[in-house]
Amino acid sequence: MNIIDLLEREQTKPDIPELRPGDTVRVHVRVVEGTRERIQVFEGVIIARGKGSSRATITVRRIAHGIGVERTFLVHSRRLASIDVVRHGEVRRAKLYYLRDRVGKRARLRERRETPARAATPAAAVPGAEGPSGSE
Amino acid sequence: MAKALVARKLGMTQIFAEDGRVIPVTVLEAGPCPVVQVKTVARDGYDAVQLGFGETTERRQTRPRLGHFKAAGVPPVRHLCEVRGSVGVAVGDLLRADLFAAGDVVDVRGTSKGKGFAGQHKRHNFGRGPVTHGSHNIRQAGSVGSVDAARTLRGVRMAGHLGSQRATVRRLTVVRVDPERNLLLVRGAVPGARQGVVMVTAAADRIRLARGHH
Repeated sequence: MNIIDLLEREQTKPDIPELRPGDTVRVHVRVVEGTRERIQVFEGVIIARGKGSSRATITVRRIAHGIGVERTFLVHSRRLASIDVVRHGEVRRAKLYYLRDRVGKRARLRERRETPARAATPAAAVPGAEGPSGSE
Repeated sequence: MAKALVARKLGMTQIFAEDGRVIPVTVLEAGPCPVVQVKTVARDGYDAVQLGFGETTERRQTRPRLGHFKAAGVPPVRHLCEVRGSVGVAVGDLLRADLFAAGDVVDVRGTSKGKGFAGQHKRHNFGRGPVTHGSHNIRQAGSVGSVDAARTLRGVRMAGHLGSQRATVRRLTVVRVDPERNLLLVRGAVPGARQGVVMVTAAADRIRLARGHH
């Protein structure tokens, strides 16, 4: 096998949940302040996924104090303590950049009801616990 | 001889450092490099070490090359490269990626990607002319000299072949060494395309510094 692929595979974390565009996630980020380290949570909707084994990224969008904030995380970064999927949103495209032009109720995503047939993983079979209706 | 290896560029990726930072690296398959010949001032007029690299078969060798390997007692290799300097190795020694350690600073030399016949903007970083206002001078060369000279001086920068040239990138840090797979992960980019052959040497200016003359 390609050595670069192998090297990247070695860097991946085993415990990453299935992340799909439209999902609402809580990303636990390790923040270093001076000598102390604490965990900060960033919750929002995944509007894009960047592919690549250890280079995979997610772009998470949330509305903080009325201002749209997007952060792109390296999924396998050691600076992320964990990623929880709070809610699965029903979406029909891979990049949800159209959400940037929407505010308030129009920026909501419907919850994904059943497991789509192609996602055969058991993790996806459990629809996420009902989050607060209407994502941020 | 300064520390040197012949390597193959496998490509680039990124790795996570301990503190979570991401480091862009080039992955090099470095060695094993057999020492095929040791040249000395007494016999050859200068000191150098000839290193080999890469698999090949006996069938692909010319007779003179085969004889050369036979004299060294080394199986045939695809590439031969010479490193200047007096010795610390003997013919038949095998140099591997573990010649270097993480944290070492190296120079990497290779053949840059060929760009073909390139205009002066790409080749010499010329600026371009105006795009609008009826100008037809967008990517033209501009002046190639004064009228007084009555000729174009030699060495005026013009369009021509770009790339496919020997290029050195200096002072790259070795991020990781993988002795089992003979891999060298070097921070940053390295000349040439993937699968290209490059030469990795201990950084020349660091060696000079260590010797005490700058």
